[in-house]
Order: sequence, then structure tokens, then C-alpha cells
Amino acid sequence: MEELKVLSPTAILGYGFPEESFQRGLEQHPDFIAVDAGSTDPGPYYLGAGVSFTDRQAVKRDLKLMLKAGKKLKIPVLVGTAGGSGANEHLYWTEDIIKEIAREENLELKVAVIEAQIPKEEILKKYEEGKIEPLAPAGELSREDIEETTRIVAQMGVEPIIDALENDVDLVLAGRAFDPTVFAAPCIKAGFPKGLALHMGKILECASIAATPGSGSDCMMGTLRHDCFILEALNPKRKCTVTSIAAHTLYEKDDPYRLHGPGGIINLEETEFTQIDERRVKVSGSKFIPSEEYTIKLEGAKKTGYRTISIAGTRDPIMINQIDDILEAVKDMAKNNFSNIKSDDYQILFALYGKDGVMGKLEPLKDKPSHEIGIIIEVVAKTQEMANTICSFTRSSLLHYGYPGRIATAGNLALRYSPSDIEAGEVYEFSIYHLLTVEDPKEYFPITVKTIKGSE
Amino acid sequence: MGIPITEVAEVIRSKNSGPYELTMDIIFKDFDSYENVKQKNIINKKLISSLYQIPEEDIISIINFDPAKAIKITIKRPLVAGAVGESDVYGAQQHAPLLGIEV
Repeated sequence: MEELKVLSPTAILGYGFPEESFQRGLEQHPDFIAVDAGSTDPGPYYLGAGVSFTDRQAVKRDLKLMLKAGKKLKIPVLVGTAGGSGANEHLYWTEDIIKEIAREENLELKVAVIEAQIPKEEILKKYEEGKIEPLAPAGELSREDIEETTRIVAQMGVEPIIDALENDVDLVLAGRAFDPTVFAAPCIKAGFPKGLALHMGKILECASIAATPGSGSDCMMGTLRHDCFILEALNPKRKCTVTSIAAHTLYEKDDPYRLHGPGGIINLEETEFTQIDERRVKVSGSKFIPSEEYTIKLEGAKKTGYRTISIAGTRDPIMINQIDDILEAVKDMAKNNFSNIKSDDYQILFALYGKDGVMGKLEPLKDKPSHEIGIIIEVVAKTQEMANTICSFTRSSLLHYGYPGRIATAGNLALRYSPSDIEAGEVYEFSIYHLLTVEDPKEYFPITVKTIKGSE
Repeated sequence: MGIPITEVAEVIRSKNSGPYELTMDIIFKDFDSYENVKQKNIINKKLISSLYQIPEEDIISIINFDPAKAIKITIKRPLVAGAVGESDVYGAQQHAPLLGIEV
């Protein structure tokens, strides 16, 4: 085989794509269709709570087009990090959508499902054995962190996906996977160089974000040869340029020359980017350097409490001038009022938009607030009821607090909504972001092959 | 006085690089401007430390990436993405202090 063509419809499954671009890709007879469905960017909640950050109907729309096209062209479809975070809840949430599509479209699909969730007991065992190390700047892990974590996933490399493809399936549905792997695995299985395959996957996983003008909701084609790969944006309004592709190599990574992944790094020190015509770019020279020990990245989130917020604002210059002191005083009032509640059981926070609401500690202009300030009163507490109670008290205390020099004595806040307080539900934080050394790259990623039939 | 960096750069952006790091990219319009800034070592740890009021130890790396005529700055996040009190889950709005750089 001289070349392999990979169609990447969208940056995240559920972000959508124009059918015209997709059709243009299909006309080029791709060898497979692959999509990355996940990211940690939306934050810890989705992994912790077992919920997708993408919308069910939007995911269904994208998947339906991909699965029908895959069946028609008799090519496999691959989905990585199903359901956004790739734990079992996310994986089977996606499988449910696929069952629904199969029923509605009367499709028969042979599917390989690859799980990526690791039981806590296993992680505790590996922790005791000293097989887990922090991925700087994350700190050392403790037993307690592991025990408090609701679910733990690991990013799979290409190996489990290559195994899954041996079963001659219509669809590989993978849990948490290193983003480039669903694009690279079929290429590596076919004998193409690992460095080029993974580098191409790294770009294709974001689809047309790497084109100019960029878009997370449009299709891209990758053509892999034995000495290079070629990228083409499938919407004629976009093009790949050396700058857009090289710039994308920087995206979301700390070191553009060395991209760390399961089992090694993609080294780009000798990578060359060449414009071959107005709309296509050729990339060559990227290499895969295996590491001495095979490590996989673990991700976990734990529940820290429940949140209630209230959104308000002030337009009073006398208040804005002493806002920090006022907020401290109101916090103290809450502390005194709820002296029966342990201070560790709740936190009161104020986000001040127009001052340092966006950058927090990094804000250089925090002493030059705007003429008006947006205030989000936020309480995170052990229970939802406690968060509601303390948020309510904090809001009413701030509304009527008599600060020095006050002229506007009717109320200090412009409250945006009625009801003024909003229950925001469970709060999670990342608790595990560590590397686990494994003997076998496939050991934590069990594969189940099944047939999903529409007519059943 | 130099010229504003916004005149020679076409992209200045910030984003998470995982939940524990923030990474900022300055992509220049042309190779001459990039080479000029790179040769003069204008983007250095001292500058970033003062713009973001962080100790130099919290600057993980500053890397010149020739193929993209880009300079990449990666710092430790003051708070992990999505933690209580953290203000920018995607890290997409932490670039503004870079806009005032003169080259």
C-alpha cells in the first residue's frame, strides 16, 4: 500500500460539520473515518460526574452521517475518547446513541468497544508498588486522593486499537485515548511509520482548526505516505498553509518539538512543512522515539461539594473603591452567623468582573477597576442545602451592608435574576493527572466485539 | 521605544496545556520580525515574570519554534483548571498582558 487516506469530519464528535465538506471527503475514497470525541478542557466535572460535555442530539447527528458513510464505502469508523471523557459511563452513553441510530437506519454494525476505566483498587495497588509518578506540575499522589476520586481513566495508545481492528469491524468505539491514536492506529497497522502517523493524527484530531480560516466544525483529509503526509481542508473556503499547520503543532502543547504520548514521544526537530499547492501542505521528518518504559496517563476527578451562585453588579464608585474590604467584612458576617458550621465545610468566593474576574492572581490591573463591577457570589459547601443557605445569607448581607461613607442606602447590589440564587449542583476537581508504568500497553483496555443490529 | 508587538504578530493566544499548565503562543507575521525578537531575546523569563507577577520558577519554558515563526511560553497555572476559585477553565483569556510588549 502506497498511501492511506483518513477523513476527519470534526474537531470533537458533536461539534458538527457541513455535509458538503464531508461529501467532498467521501468522493476521495478515504480508507477510514476517524474522530476524537473528547478533551479535558471543559474541566473536571464531566469526568467526575460521568456526564458528556457534548449534546446527545449533536453527537447523534454527526455519528449517523459517519456510520452511514462508513457502511456505504465499506470502511471502518473510529471514535476516540467516547462521550467526552472516555470513562465507562461516557462509552456506554455513546453506545446507546449508536444502537438508536442502528434501529432508525436499519444498520447492522460489527463494533469493537474498548474500555479505558481502571478500578480504584487496581490504582491503589499500583500506587503501593510505586508505579505511579506525577506529571509535573501536578503534585505527588496520596492514598486519600485515589480513594476520593470518583472514576479514573487512562489514555490508551495505538496498541489496543490495532488489536480491535484485527476483528474486521465497522466501528471502533474507544474510551479515553491519546487524541492522535484513532487516526494513527489503522496507519501503523498497515505498516506506515509511527512518527508520521501520530503527527498526522495530532493535526487531524482537531480537523479544520489547523486550516485557515480555522474551524472546529469542518472536515479535513489526511493522506499518509511512507515518507510524508499531506493535509487538505475539504471546504474550498479554507486552506492548509505552512503557517496554519505549523502553528497548529503548537496548539495546547507545552513543547512543540516533543509531543509526549503513551510509550514515547513524537519528535519534530527534523520536521519540514512544505506548501505543495495553494491549499495543501506536506509534512515530513517527524519521528517516534519509544521511551524506555511504557507509561500511560491517568486522569481522575473527585467531588469537592455543591455550588450555589448569585449574579449581581455594582455601579457605585464609593463601593467599588473599597470593594475588597466590604467583601471581607461580609465573609466575616457569614462566618459569625454560621459559627455552628465547621469552617472547612464551606467556602465563600466572590468573582469580580471588571476587576480581576478573568485573570485572578495573574491580573496586573486589579487595582484599576472599571466604573461598574460584576459580582458573582459563590458558595461551595458540603451539601447543596448548606450552599443555598450560606449563599442566601451572603447575598442579603452584601445587599444591605453599611460600608463606611455609603450614600446609596437602599441596597448595594443590582441583582440580575429573580430568583436571585442559582443551584449549580455538584462540584468536582482534578485529583489525578499522573503517569502509570505498564508492562503491557493493552492490559487496561479490554476489547469486546459485538454486533449491533437495527432490526432487533 | 520599540513598536507594539501587535503590529508584528498575527496571533497572540493562551490555552490550557493539560489542566495544570497555561501555554501562550506568539506567532509572527513574517520571519524577519520573528528573527528580530528571537535574536534580541525580548521574550524572556524576567519579562514574563513581571507581566504576570509570578516567580520565574513558575515559568516552565519559553521555546522558539522556527517552522511556525512562533514563540511559546508555558507557565504553571496558579490554580488547576476547574478548581474552586479558578476563573478560566479553558485558559483561553490569559494572553492580554502580552499585548503590551514592545519589540
